[in-house]
Amino acid sequence: MDSMTQAGSDLRTAGGPHHGRSRQTAGEHGRRGGFIGALSALLVRSEALRGYLLLSPALVFLLCLLVLPLAGILVLSLFTQNYVAIDTTLTFANYWKILKPGEGTYFLGVRFPFETPIFMILLAKSILMAVAATAAVIAMAYPMAYFLAFRVTHHKMLWLILITVPFWTSYLLRIFAWKIILGYNGVLNSGLLALGVIDQPLDFLLNNPTSVVIALTHAWLAFAILPIYVSLEKIDRSLIEAATDLGDNRLERFLRVTLPLSMPGVISAVLLVFIPTVGDYITPAQIGGTSGVMIGTLIQSQFGKANNWPLGAALSVFTMVSVTALACLFAWLAGGRRLRA
Amino acid sequence: MRRTGFLDFYALIFVAVLYGPVVLLPIFSFNDNIYITLPLSGFTVRWYEEMLSNESLMKALRTSIKLGLVVSVVSTTIGLCAAKALIRNSLPGRRAALGLVMLPLVVPSLALGVALLVTLRLGFGVELSLLTIGAGHVLICLPFATLVIMARMEGFDQSLEEASLDLGEGRFSTFRRITLPLTLPGIVASLLLSFTVSLDEFVMAFLLGGDDTTLPLFIWSQLRFPAKLPTVLALGSCILAFSFVMVVVANVVRRHGLPSQTSAR
Repeated sequence: MDSMTQAGSDLRTAGGPHHGRSRQTAGEHGRRGGFIGALSALLVRSEALRGYLLLSPALVFLLCLLVLPLAGILVLSLFTQNYVAIDTTLTFANYWKILKPGEGTYFLGVRFPFETPIFMILLAKSILMAVAATAAVIAMAYPMAYFLAFRVTHHKMLWLILITVPFWTSYLLRIFAWKIILGYNGVLNSGLLALGVIDQPLDFLLNNPTSVVIALTHAWLAFAILPIYVSLEKIDRSLIEAATDLGDNRLERFLRVTLPLSMPGVISAVLLVFIPTVGDYITPAQIGGTSGVMIGTLIQSQFGKANNWPLGAALSVFTMVSVTALACLFAWLAGGRRLRA
Repeated sequence: MRRTGFLDFYALIFVAVLYGPVVLLPIFSFNDNIYITLPLSGFTVRWYEEMLSNESLMKALRTSIKLGLVVSVVSTTIGLCAAKALIRNSLPGRRAALGLVMLPLVVPSLALGVALLVTLRLGFGVELSLLTIGAGHVLICLPFATLVIMARMEGFDQSLEEASLDLGEGRFSTFRRITLPLTLPGIVASLLLSFTVSLDEFVMAFLLGGDDTTLPLFIWSQLRFPAKLPTVLALGSCILAFSFVMVVVANVVRRHGLPSQTSAR
């Protein structure tokens, strides 16, 4: 049996093209001699081979439409836009455009010493806005996840469905809702005017980074609860009882037992919210105005109006790499602290 | 009966905050005022009538339904096969394969869309059409489809399949008579969720779309005109109500007959 699975995995590494052929003969295993017979016999007996045959549609799809495109955008970022045509000479010119040192300008009191500082400033701003939104999401989602895991005893399923449904509904419409709330003639302004609280519409509600952060926080709130809830739910209740028995009060018990044990859930929630929000396009475009512009807006414009696909590709790669690096750094720091505790 | 504490209060506020902004859409969609302002000025179904008589809106609706049906069937079929393979812990390279299937979840959809755009247009020279949007949507739906079906498969006793094989059924008839009926709730949930995701998805459609307009693209094009907003509110309310029902049904169905409550997602 062992040698059989070994043979199966050897065959699998030999390459996928055999899969299609062997499927047709799977029913006739053993009866035919030669290569095809051996193959079909393998397919019937080898668990691994059957597994990869089942996986092959997903793998082929993902290789063609995920791995290849990600590699493709990396290659394109090394080309340059030459007016109407794309120059396919490999060069780091686009990255140099992003990072070329120069006079620079100040943003939030920090000097960005680049010739065209807008790229790095927008990236830094997007990251800061995503950090703010992620922190707000976690701070609001954690108590709710705690409530679901420890307090809800009846109709737990109903609560979970209620909390997660908004995540599946139209992102565009949820952002649009904020536009009608915060707009100059929006619900909030007209409501306050009608109540006589203000006598002129407030003009600082919409079209700024704060409104984008508020909308982002609200839009991703439902997504963060589940990973935190799952990790809280997994905690062995006797550990919490033990902490109580050993004299910890409720706060100590939470800080020393519950919180550290739920960190894996918090970390995955942070990553699940932070990574997509940095590159968000809809929210800044709808309610960011000119001051709420994020890096996603700039990337999209390179593929649209600005029509510089290679630069857009470079910006996209640069953003993804920076965000992934930050996410890994965070996971490592948070994970490390958890181990020391 | 335990005492009502701070957390119960917090939970109520939380749900109110979560649903509050979205509930404004249906409220104002019945408001007899072209401006979305308080106080409310009267009840009307005018915006819904306008919505139904808008030809380009109806065309976008038909496009979105066509797209959603194809996307949900394709992603569920691929996801079902993948889930069947991935629930086996013994599969060599399982972690890597699972990671690859889940990767679209953690890459921003703008980056995914841009990468797809580049490869399809420059790499393969494909013209942008409904088909390219569909490819992008399947990419986004595949992780959800696989997760939902996997959770369902993990919920039933795998020895049922082994028993069927031992009793002389072939692999295919075991799949048809044991695996498929037991996994069916997961499959239905995956179809409903994928359809909803495709119906609501904007960024991929925006980047990869040709001349065809999907519903979110139609909404996006209307948002610039204040006079069109009430119709968008009516349309948005319908989409939200539809999505809500679909997702609730999907979530109830996928847990139907499962003993534990731990497979929540």
